[in-house]
Amino acid sequence: MEQQPLIEFRNVVKSFGERTILNGVNFKVYEGEVTTIIGLSGTGKSVTLKHIIGLLKPDAGEILYQGKPINRMTRQEWNAYIGRISYMFQNNALFDSMTVFENVALPLKRTTKLSRKEIEAKAMARIQQTELTEVTHKYPSEISGGMQKRAALARALVTDPQIVLFDEPTTGQDPIRKNAILGMIAEYKKKIGFTAILISHEIPDVFFISNRILALWDKKIVFEGTPDEMENFDHPFHDEILQSLENLQEDITGLYSSRHFKIRYQTELVRRGADESYAVLMFGFDNMDEVSESISHDAAQQTLRSLGNYIRKHFGAVGGFSTRQSINEFATILPFSDLDEARRILEKFTADFQEHGMRELSETFQKEIPQDQCFDFVISVGMAQGQPQVEIESVMEFARFDKKPIATFQCGTRR
Amino acid sequence: MAVDQLPDNEPISAASKDRGPLLPFILNPFGRFGIRLNNTLGAMAIFLARAFIQIFHWKQIPEIVNQVYFIGAKSASIVALVGFFTGMVLGLQLYYVMNKFGAVGFLGTAVSLSLIRELGPVLAAIMITARAGSAMTAEIGIQRISEQIDALTTMRIDPLGYLISPRIAAALISFPILTAFFDLIGILGGYLSGVILMGASAGSYLYRIDASVEWIDVKGGFIKSIVFAVLVITICCFQGYFTHMRRDSYGSKSVSLSTTSAVVLSCVMILVSDYVVTSFLL
Repeated sequence: MEQQPLIEFRNVVKSFGERTILNGVNFKVYEGEVTTIIGLSGTGKSVTLKHIIGLLKPDAGEILYQGKPINRMTRQEWNAYIGRISYMFQNNALFDSMTVFENVALPLKRTTKLSRKEIEAKAMARIQQTELTEVTHKYPSEISGGMQKRAALARALVTDPQIVLFDEPTTGQDPIRKNAILGMIAEYKKKIGFTAILISHEIPDVFFISNRILALWDKKIVFEGTPDEMENFDHPFHDEILQSLENLQEDITGLYSSRHFKIRYQTELVRRGADESYAVLMFGFDNMDEVSESISHDAAQQTLRSLGNYIRKHFGAVGGFSTRQSINEFATILPFSDLDEARRILEKFTADFQEHGMRELSETFQKEIPQDQCFDFVISVGMAQGQPQVEIESVMEFARFDKKPIATFQCGTRR
Repeated sequence: MAVDQLPDNEPISAASKDRGPLLPFILNPFGRFGIRLNNTLGAMAIFLARAFIQIFHWKQIPEIVNQVYFIGAKSASIVALVGFFTGMVLGLQLYYVMNKFGAVGFLGTAVSLSLIRELGPVLAAIMITARAGSAMTAEIGIQRISEQIDALTTMRIDPLGYLISPRIAAALISFPILTAFFDLIGILGGYLSGVILMGASAGSYLYRIDASVEWIDVKGGFIKSIVFAVLVITICCFQGYFTHMRRDSYGSKSVSLSTTSAVVLSCVMILVSDYVVTSFLL
């Protein structure tokens, strides 16, 4: 039996005056998933989100929540529905006459019966998680754009919502912060268990945390599926939008985007003879969630970046090419190496990373970790040998099984 | 074909044919204006009613106190200044007029009744409009265009209850107090110019005030100030709240135009309603 969608758009039409923005929009959002809406600017992505929370009403069509049209809800049902949703605005919509703390505490103060102490504790917890402790009592105009974004994120999450609508949460952030925010969304999604609907241009970064992608093109949803399915999506949207949005290299790691990685290995490996082999290395940052929680999302992203940089430098020099395969995993192909040679290259990489990479990270962490805080992380790598006729995914899977730690960080000591 | 595209040699009757019958052509704009006015007044009434009923909640108390400070306490100095000079001008002018009729002894009556019954409520309301009303429109307008009001809706906070209700309550508290303050300072101003500068009798000035001012005069002034409070707050908040619906401008320009409209409309409505209320009170 098909799972009932949490939210469903059925033939939604919306016009502003003569201008039609949405014309027969249909899509489904499932509980517990991260659904990302992508599309060019001005194509109605924010308008779509605003329909879900009732800020806009469709001219035609229906929006259903758990199968019930929201326009036919009783006042009580509507209040219960709205109470489950939180919205993070594209321009943050922070109250400029209130401090960061007052902004974050406002929804609790006005809509709950919590005591002043409880409100303060909850608001401060979110402020700490979004790394805004130093600016708690500053006004939005006194803090940077990135901090304002995080304050808006803290406010959106302070009520522990079941559904969170993020309207371009990473716009205006540097690559580290961008990925830190996406990491934060993924982490809170796991912790709080909310359903997220996200508007983002950060392709491919956003694909790592998304379960489903919706492509809005020419007033309609032209694609609805997983990020992997998006790769094979044959539509003008794919050529005109995705290629322009997807950078050749990922911002944070400087590695190939997964699409360019695929193009590269297809062209490299197709030229090889059937008896020739290549090596695949799979790198993992095994306990990234714990690191994010123990120190900060920024530090976790810096670790990723450092690892990505070392992978790019070392393996690029010997003809290899790499990509970020998931939120905490990298893949490298050494097209001209067999397993023995790959092992020797990896040994050199490990020595260099332990000597320099881990030292850089230790220095970063020492600045950020409180004296009494203790955490561990492990960088592991697995290897497998592949042949041109074998599916690359299965070779990667073999490499994953072979993973062994190459660097560990334990309570402030690196090994 | 539009009128401005007609060739020079084409008879003018052709253009009027395009327009249709003359009478509806003349009356249509009035009809449209009437419908728009009707809709706006209806919307304002609903706006006021929805905000008013949300005043009575304990969570509003801190915000009401803030707004009383902003509308009331912070307007006190300007109200005092205007009241003082209004009283002084009244003292001078009425001394001059009454001196012609040998009725300088009634200076206290004329100054106090003019202030308490008419000038106090009207001028205090106009000064509050200029100082607090305009600021309110601009603040709410900016909150509207920067989506702060939408943010309140998404947080399940009724923007009318959060933004408008405390302002209505604060205006209902502040307007009568500031009016009384204006009257008092004005009477002192009249005393300064009429008695100290021009030499009218201090005893008769004060005695006439005591003898001629009745509770009904004071009550009338307070009724007016409450009517003005409701009008000014509704107009100023409504203009700011719906600044995004303006057809003549967008963004920050719409905020500035809404602020201008709010002040002008409030002042006009203060004077119009002053006449209406006075005619009922007399």
